[in-house]
Amino acid sequence: MTEVEHRFGPYGGRYVPETLMPALVELEDAWIAARNDPAYGAELGILLRDFAGRPTPLYRAERINELTGGDLWLKREDLLHTGAHKINNALGQALLAIRMGKRRIIAETGAGQHGVATAVACARLGLECVVYMGAEDIRRQLPNVERMRLLGATVAPVESGAKTLKEAVSEAIRDWVATVETSHYIIGSAVGPAPFPAIVRDLQRVISDEARAQMLDRTGDLPKRVIACVGGGSNAIGGFAAFLDDAEVELIGVEAAGEGLDSGRHGAPLTAGGRPGILHGSLSAIMQDDEGQIAEAHSVSAGLDYPGSGPQHAWLRETGRATYVAVNDTDALAAFRRVSELEGIIPALETAHAFSWVMANPGERDLLILSGRGDKDLAEVIARTS
Amino acid sequence: MTGCERIAGAFEGRAGRAALMPYMMACFPDEQTSIAIGLACAANGADLVEVGIPYSDPLADGPVIHEAATQALRNGATVTASLRVAKAVSEAVPTVVMCYANLVLSMGWEPFAAELVEAGVSGLICPDLPLEEAPEALAALDAHGLALVPLVAPTTPDSRLADIGSRARGFLYTVSVAGTTGERSGSAVGIDAVVERARANTPVPVAVGFGISTPEQASSTADAGAEGVIIGSRLIREAATAADPAAAVGLVVKDFADSLR
Ligand SMILES: Cc1ncc(COP(=O)(O)O)c(C=O)c1O
Repeated sequence: MTEVEHRFGPYGGRYVPETLMPALVELEDAWIAARNDPAYGAELGILLRDFAGRPTPLYRAERINELTGGDLWLKREDLLHTGAHKINNALGQALLAIRMGKRRIIAETGAGQHGVATAVACARLGLECVVYMGAEDIRRQLPNVERMRLLGATVAPVESGAKTLKEAVSEAIRDWVATVETSHYIIGSAVGPAPFPAIVRDLQRVISDEARAQMLDRTGDLPKRVIACVGGGSNAIGGFAAFLDDAEVELIGVEAAGEGLDSGRHGAPLTAGGRPGILHGSLSAIMQDDEGQIAEAHSVSAGLDYPGSGPQHAWLRETGRATYVAVNDTDALAAFRRVSELEGIIPALETAHAFSWVMANPGERDLLILSGRGDKDLAEVIARTS
Repeated sequence: MTGCERIAGAFEGRAGRAALMPYMMACFPDEQTSIAIGLACAANGADLVEVGIPYSDPLADGPVIHEAATQALRNGATVTASLRVAKAVSEAVPTVVMCYANLVLSMGWEPFAAELVEAGVSGLICPDLPLEEAPEALAALDAHGLALVPLVAPTTPDSRLADIGSRARGFLYTVSVAGTTGERSGSAVGIDAVVERARANTPVPVAVGFGISTPEQASSTADAGAEGVIIGSRLIREAATAADPAAAVGLVVKDFADSLR
């Protein structure tokens, strides 16, 4: 494994301003070197274990199973430090930045989980941290904004467009264009120009490496299906990666149907099946109008409120290896409450989409990636449902 | 005359020490006014005009051009209307279109190239289409005699600069600073070296852009040996704020033209 994918089928690539091209080459070289360096692996492994809390448990959702008649297992990324899978990527890339001699970190965030994870990694490793966040997301995920500030990060509000994740990524890229020689951009999902989608996938792969072994250990078998929510697609690709060669394991990504796929107000480019397009430096399934202007996404969950998708997901869809479905705001909100009541686990609103789907379509030996916990969503959920 | 030839003619027949290359945004503030702005540029000393097509997610642009694009789109700007603007302007002065890759990809490289020919446009700049992603675009534009104008940046290493420079058509868009478009005070440090490095690596004229916002900066860029000077955000700011945008942009363009005599 020495090569880093630039394309997944036709998807991916590097559609960025020339100024960034040398940095992407440097990043790719640094990643190849880091991956092959036992010292990097050891340092990251210790941080993931002692600081972030890996391995995370595999947990059988007994009460949901009683209700649905299915057999659902949860991979508990919600139990990680900072409350979501995002820390796996943030720690790995922060260590990579240090190897490249870059001590200023840029990040974007939607739900705030990637921003908090990056702020935590930067505090722990003594790096400067600037997080771009849409003004609308600052409003709906305020606790995470306060956490980032407490950790010493600068939160830069983004006022353009719909003031959500898409705009935050764009602003982060613009910052990087101007500061590329001293800054590293820790992108928060499996999106962006190559080599980002491959790096984020490799760093999130720990989810499925652990879960695959845990399922074999606990059930004596592989799961029949792996289910994960898909915003940009990092927890899903991390949850799928170790199962890609297990042809009998079905892979299911759950996107946000927002106000409904027909309404056009959703965040489900893979499910809705639009034309391929370029967003944030790579070619993938995106939401766009007839002329190629990028559409605004809509979802109750800030982390799924994104009109693009990781290029590897576009390819997994096209080849039929993975299937993509979507769950609307109302059903996700209902699942948020139901899972809390039944299992004593408050899931992130993002993950609630995956729960909603699997509870409506229960199966034998399902593995759900519980990507994060929902404390950050309480105020928004209460405001919307009371 | 092909597009490439018309661009070459603009540099050869330039009025000043360096070709004056104003940037304008199609359909900003509206279609008719933007045509008037383009014609005012032509009448006040522009040797070549860059017509930007409004895009929802302009990653290489700073706040002024980003905001103008947002406004234009809110007012109903389309690619079709933008190409009408380019057509009207190209009747008066050589033009190149500046357009983000997704809008071109959406139509297809070949059909887009045919539309450019139809509009009398001479070339295309895609700020998010680096060398590695450009072969299909280059083939489609070459087939029509149009120039695919590449960008190089201060961060571009020498070996890469040579690759880009050798494939450049029309001119080499030389970004003077690492950053997005936008006005900057003072002169870009090391502009002489930036121009020198670009010239050594390409057979086409070197035009410098990003951050040039005063006639003094334009003049010193020409002194550094640039064969073209691109003025962007400064003119968009004028178009955004003046009561009579075309007249105001024309006056500013004239100041720049004078500085290059
Ligand atoms: C808990 C949680 N799950 C999922 C996501 C969606 O991102 P991705 O698709 O990259 O996993 C987010 C993003 O903020 C999140 O916080």
